[in-house]
Amino acid sequence: MRRRVHAWDVMILVMLAAWAVPYFWQVRTSFTPDTELLATGSVLPSAPTLLHYRAVAEKSVMPRALGNSVGVASLTTLLALALGLPAAYALARLPIPAKNLLLLVVIASTAFPQITTVSPLYLLLRALGLRDTWTALVLANTSFALPLLIWLLAGFIREIPIQLEEAAFLDGAGRLTVLRLVVLPLVAPGVASAALLTFLAAWNEFLFAYTFTATEASRTVPVALALFPGVFEIPWGDIAAASILASLPPVVIVIALQRWLVRGLVAGALKD
Amino acid sequence: MTARERADRLAGLAFVSPALLALAALTVYPGLWVLWLSLQQRVPIFGIARFVGLEHYAFLAGDARFWNAGRVTLVFTAVSVGLELALGLAVALALQRQRAGRRLALSLLLLAWALPSVVTAKLFEWLYHPSAGLVNVILGGHAFNWLGDPRLALPGLIAADVWRTMPFVALLCYARLLTIAPEVYEAARVDGAGRGATLAYVTLPLLRPILLIALLFRTLDALRAFDLMFVLTGGGPASTTETLTVYAYRSLFQTLQLGFGAAVGCVIFALVMLVAWAYLRALRGEAATA
Repeated sequence: MRRRVHAWDVMILVMLAAWAVPYFWQVRTSFTPDTELLATGSVLPSAPTLLHYRAVAEKSVMPRALGNSVGVASLTTLLALALGLPAAYALARLPIPAKNLLLLVVIASTAFPQITTVSPLYLLLRALGLRDTWTALVLANTSFALPLLIWLLAGFIREIPIQLEEAAFLDGAGRLTVLRLVVLPLVAPGVASAALLTFLAAWNEFLFAYTFTATEASRTVPVALALFPGVFEIPWGDIAAASILASLPPVVIVIALQRWLVRGLVAGALKD
Repeated sequence: MTARERADRLAGLAFVSPALLALAALTVYPGLWVLWLSLQQRVPIFGIARFVGLEHYAFLAGDARFWNAGRVTLVFTAVSVGLELALGLAVALALQRQRAGRRLALSLLLLAWALPSVVTAKLFEWLYHPSAGLVNVILGGHAFNWLGDPRLALPGLIAADVWRTMPFVALLCYARLLTIAPEVYEAARVDGAGRGATLAYVTLPLLRPILLIALLFRTLDALRAFDLMFVLTGGGPASTTETLTVYAYRSLFQTLQLGFGAAVGCVIFALVMLVAWAYLRALRGEAATA
């Protein structure tokens, strides 16, 4: 079938591109020399520059913060997966006492406001001597990442026809073999979606990171951006460049990994 | 009990225990601890830690700043969520008729949603710049001080929030629309329903459950929102954008009254749980009548 471009399709794309203008404008700002910034005359800068990116790379804590964010978000995702995948399987398929109560705890945990738990977590992490470390952020992020992940994965596992597992049992396979050879391959796309959402949530997280960090040893990208220093006036161009760097993973996810993102987002809401 | 059942029981406990222990340590325990904290006066820098019972809550009852923050939170939540649902629904209906370029459309749509809210705050801070900001330029060279004028700051904040969360509502509605079988529309057409009647009697009723779920998710998120206002306006000017979350944060970590801030945090928690409970009851009633 040949694809034809309809006026309606073009109109919607233009409309949605207009919605994204605040971001495109920041991209423009990041390439605009300081002298042109406060005199908005043209849509595109007359002499695009990489000076803002150079300033961010050489003079700000952003490179360090990017490293911290990659580390914290990846470790949060790995920890939540390691804890959440077995738990999700058990909640979906195995006999567990008080299962409904456990599911309720998981759902209620996803609704916990971070601002409510931030003070006891602060005291807890300080008592453990973990202030200003990756470990503190990974543990704190797990408090919202784990319930979300369990909820999503349990849903994906329930979608797998149970007959496939039963057949494997009849063939004499043990529970772990069934998990490895039947369940895991089938739930892999779901795991990818859930991991993607967890990584994104951890990458974007601000309140915990702002509260539990003190130096560039552990400050993540959102914190570094919120605290971006200006000496005499606000360095709008540098801030724009730093924002574009901070938004690279989300942009990649939205463009290149869109299928998995959408699947995860929709699964959380469309199922009962 | 067969050997397999016994093995399953053991496996279930072994699989679920690590996650439960982590949740107990990271959410349940802090959740109980914060209640206990809210009953104390804790000012760490002066070494003060004493039990005061419900004193903080009694103070909140007559605290003008608290009631202002509550009002700001409710206005922010009601207006943001209302606009997000209306716009999100409209965008989803527009996308339903999209044939070519769906992937690009979703990329453009979801971009705003996927950004860190601190980035959104920085984007809008620049867009709202009184002299060079794009918003004032588009409005014809006015010099509105969006974030500095007490009458404009809350609308400006709400606009930024609608920008970043409308895509979520649109995506949920769009996903539901894609699952409606073409035969349903075919039948409506055969019955002589026009475009308006089809929308009112076919599409919207089918979207109702997902709209309610979007309403729940968005309301809970708006009540808990913190990053955007904290970075964009810091609660100002003159506390016109100070939500309960910002008030709680300032009490906790800027004036360092841990006990008092915990009490505000507990009020937010109660508010969130109350809303969740009310929605779930409404949804259940909905399911019972359907």
